[in-house]
Amino acid sequence: MSNEAVAELNQDIDLDQVDSIIEPYLGKKEMVIPILQKVQEHFGYLPRPVMEHISRRMHIPLSRLYGVTTFYAQFKLKPRGRNIIRVCKGTACHIQGSPKISERIEEILDVESGETTDDLRFTLEEVACIGCCALAPVIMVNDDPHGRLTPDKVKDILDGYE
Amino acid sequence: MYEKHIMICGATGCLSSGSNQIAETLKEELEKQGVIDKYRLVMGGCPGFCEVGPIIVIYPDEVFYCRLKPKDMAELVEQHLIGGEIVERLLYKGPDVDAPARFYDTIPFYSKQKFNVLRNSGVIDPESIDEYIMRGGYRALRRALQMDSQAICDEVKDAGLRGRGGAGFPTGVKWGFTNKAPGPKKYIVCNADEGDPGAFMDRSILEGDPHAILEGMLIAGKACGADEGYIYCRAEYPLAIRRLKTAIQQAEEYGLLGSNILDSGFNFKMNIKEGAGAFVCGEETALLASIEGKRGMPRPRPPFPAQVGVFGKPTTINNVETLANIPLIVKEGGAAEYAKVGTEGSKGTKVFALAGKVRNTGLVEVPMGITIEEIIFDVGGGIQGGREFKAVQAGGPSGGCIPHDLINLPIDYDSLTKAGAIMGSGGLVVMDDRTCMVDLAKYFLSFTQKESCGKCTPCREGTKRMLEILERITEGEGKPEDLDTLDSLAHSIKDSSLCGLGQTCPNPVLTTIRYFRHEYEEHINEGYCRSGICKPLFQYLIDQDNCTGCRACVRVCPVEAIKGEKKEPHEIIQELCTRCGSCIEKCRQDCILITRVGSEADVSN
Repeated sequence: MSNEAVAELNQDIDLDQVDSIIEPYLGKKEMVIPILQKVQEHFGYLPRPVMEHISRRMHIPLSRLYGVTTFYAQFKLKPRGRNIIRVCKGTACHIQGSPKISERIEEILDVESGETTDDLRFTLEEVACIGCCALAPVIMVNDDPHGRLTPDKVKDILDGYE
Repeated sequence: MYEKHIMICGATGCLSSGSNQIAETLKEELEKQGVIDKYRLVMGGCPGFCEVGPIIVIYPDEVFYCRLKPKDMAELVEQHLIGGEIVERLLYKGPDVDAPARFYDTIPFYSKQKFNVLRNSGVIDPESIDEYIMRGGYRALRRALQMDSQAICDEVKDAGLRGRGGAGFPTGVKWGFTNKAPGPKKYIVCNADEGDPGAFMDRSILEGDPHAILEGMLIAGKACGADEGYIYCRAEYPLAIRRLKTAIQQAEEYGLLGSNILDSGFNFKMNIKEGAGAFVCGEETALLASIEGKRGMPRPRPPFPAQVGVFGKPTTINNVETLANIPLIVKEGGAAEYAKVGTEGSKGTKVFALAGKVRNTGLVEVPMGITIEEIIFDVGGGIQGGREFKAVQAGGPSGGCIPHDLINLPIDYDSLTKAGAIMGSGGLVVMDDRTCMVDLAKYFLSFTQKESCGKCTPCREGTKRMLEILERITEGEGKPEDLDTLDSLAHSIKDSSLCGLGQTCPNPVLTTIRYFRHEYEEHINEGYCRSGICKPLFQYLIDQDNCTGCRACVRVCPVEAIKGEKKEPHEIIQELCTRCGSCIEKCRQDCILITRVGSEADVSN
């Protein structure tokens, strides 16, 4: 997504929601990761105005907050698609052919890993291990695992998500 | 009272093969027959045999049903539950058994396993503290509370328990350090940030037997003089976190957590911290930083966490599996019993996540000292599709590849280290002749390179340079001097990195060079990848003598690079072929050959 599109989305953020999340943690700087997790659960990502707000309320410099969010894979600074595809990059999946699966998805959606399609339909991500090594190679679309994949099965699976 | 307990595996492996639908259909069937009150349905922990999931085990009959489909449930209810007769059709069958196998002791997958850590997993309801207590749970805690701290440390030392997180440091000694550290406030941290790709035993323990972890931490608390604990768990394990929260709440209600536990004057408060996705947080000082709400970057040791840990206080950090062993050791007579299993230097059992190209994938718990051959061929049932066993990767990105020649190597801390691998967290990924060892080394290094926190130069820059060289080799641009450069870089990184991530991440490269040097040389000098993985270094050809012209490959090829008439041998148009591998997966005659670039149709190598 372009930066302009993100900026537009960020205009309608309700900061009262953020306040109610922060409230129980005020003064506890060590709780910044749980705060970010809860905020992201609410908005789907960490909008810039929200980050600025957390920084002010928690007395943590924005730069440090940014440092924490970019360190951990879980935190996203950009909006994500309606459907999240997670391609398992675990060892078992790798040797059972997950690179071929990724390639096919990238081809079909015309995005690279970490990106979101322009229509916000899909975000493509990689994950270190889903823990279903017996079903390798595996992808998760939202909460549904799809196992024992071959590249030719990919299109039908994606077609099932709007 | 229930007539029978029906345990449905509710772990991630079986959930992905549909155990939720199984549970729903089973419930409907029981309701339809009006017998639902007679049976206790439990979405329980993991019996380990993910390959044949979804799994149901019926107690007290001890019957193991596998590969279940929703449509099987009616028969299961009528014939077994109501009729009392085993449904033979749904029992385990395989090339390794003569007749359908009824239970653990008759299924070869379980024959060499010994359940210590997984003793309750799949047997009890993980959300019931009563069932844990009925299996002897919290008895070790009661005993520990009457013991002197040093005596507990000594028992754990005598049992020979070594940390299951990877490095294998003796747990009792570690506890002793924290115990002796000055200061009134100390912490116990459970490292449940299982990040190794290909390892999921900690999750299974957390999901299947959460009270064992709490009990282990409480005993550790008593032994170290700590009164507060943190469980640092991956956010990617929502079910584990939910079960831990339930367990903590139950333990508090029973007076097993909180103040004055069991009237002993001992207090303990338990917290859960969710990780946010950073592999390096498995490193103990990085984990501590993360608990404090900072970037999870490691710091130099000393001071060790036993002196300066979380919030600057003395802290013991133990891995999930280590803690799950504790109640067994600290119970009456447990230490001596425990030390009977295993080898001289490695006592007890180890849980492994067996995956890759092995027939029986899943979670296995075996005595230390078992050989690789026993694990792969007896427990694992051999290689998928009867292909050739090439190597096994032990210990994930910090571990190494053990080749076929070392098949008799006993698996214990010291033998693995000598072979260049490590015990690590216990991932065992089996590889066959279609796995390229150069690509595998590249895969692990690209993982550690991405996860390198960037604090120290050898790890940040060194892994990048090594990765660049490996990328070149797999793209066909390797140079003869590359192997020496890789070797010298690897040793510099091992010697000079700040933390365990950097110190171990060259292991996959070093072991693959040590045992599979010829494959590297083939890539570099001959421009050939014999496993058919590195795309510029091979081509597919169709074996003209064996192709039956079934058109399966023609249909599946996404770029229309295969031509040929029905019942006539097909041909691949090399200019169009993207080497996506769709055809080789599809061909049932095994007649798509991996050949050197430029070979002609009748040459197979």
